[in-house]
Amino acid sequence: MKRLRWIGLAACLWLQPQAHAEYGDVVLNKRSDQQGMRPVVFPHWFHRIRFRCKVCHQELGFKMRAGANDVQMSDIIDGKFCGMCHNDRIAWGPDRCDLCHSALPRTPAGIVGGAQTSGPGRW
Amino acid sequence: MKPLRRRPGRWLAAALVLLTAAALAATSLWTRLEKDGVHDPLGPAIGVLQQPGEALESLPRDSAGNQVNWVKAIDSGAINPRTNILPETKVRVPDKDMIIARYGSMPAVKFPHRQHTLWLDCANCHDHLFKAEAGANRFSMMAILNGEQCGLCHGAVAFPLTECNRCHSVSNASLPPRTAR
Repeated sequence: MKRLRWIGLAACLWLQPQAHAEYGDVVLNKRSDQQGMRPVVFPHWFHRIRFRCKVCHQELGFKMRAGANDVQMSDIIDGKFCGMCHNDRIAWGPDRCDLCHSALPRTPAGIVGGAQTSGPGRW
Repeated sequence: MKPLRRRPGRWLAAALVLLTAAALAATSLWTRLEKDGVHDPLGPAIGVLQQPGEALESLPRDSAGNQVNWVKAIDSGAINPRTNILPETKVRVPDKDMIIARYGSMPAVKFPHRQHTLWLDCANCHDHLFKAEAGANRFSMMAILNGEQCGLCHGAVAFPLTECNRCHSVSNASLPPRTAR
């Protein structure tokens, strides 16, 4: 019986899904699902290799709390928020919809990736 | 009779343990996008977007978060992320160390401005999160764990709050007794 328990435990470990997003990934889904698009995944890790936090959180005006920013596609196309770089000059332009709108449909908005506290705040 | 009957179970257990160990050893520190539970594995972005492992593998290693020591990544020259996009932006990098001591059971906190201004601008924290005056702020671990104050970044994108000693790093005994708060 004892042995069976150990085998069961090992099997659980083996079958346990290991999927988790990267630390600091943010899912944006205020409107995407409603409008028939996949939600957006914003990977902090990718961006911080290329830009310091202050570029987006100071120059571009992104508030430092997931959910606090109201980002509309029309603003991005006008060169605000993501559109400051995603303009076909620094990074791909807003016509490459699927590269940002890349989450599984109905993924809830918020910060994902195994943040180990209840941060980033109540929002 | 007895040992023979026991063997199949033992072999099965050993095989499972070995398989698990092999699986763990083969697992990269970073999950591939199509398997991360967030990206749509059938979406057209998979195959175009950079994989985390590809980008992060060569950076200085850490034991938490993205498994990358991001400050060391800049200091060592492994990366040199842009500081500004607008040419007129003033890049401010004050570097004063602040000691926050309450002489409790935990070591005092050293807040190094340098490691923060390497990434952030003064206005990201001052003055809406912290007054720019030593001793003028009330810190609370409850608030921080709730994602306020330091917890706005630490626990979300900066190293997590399980890394107590990285902030609580100054022995109270090494400080002048009960001077500043």
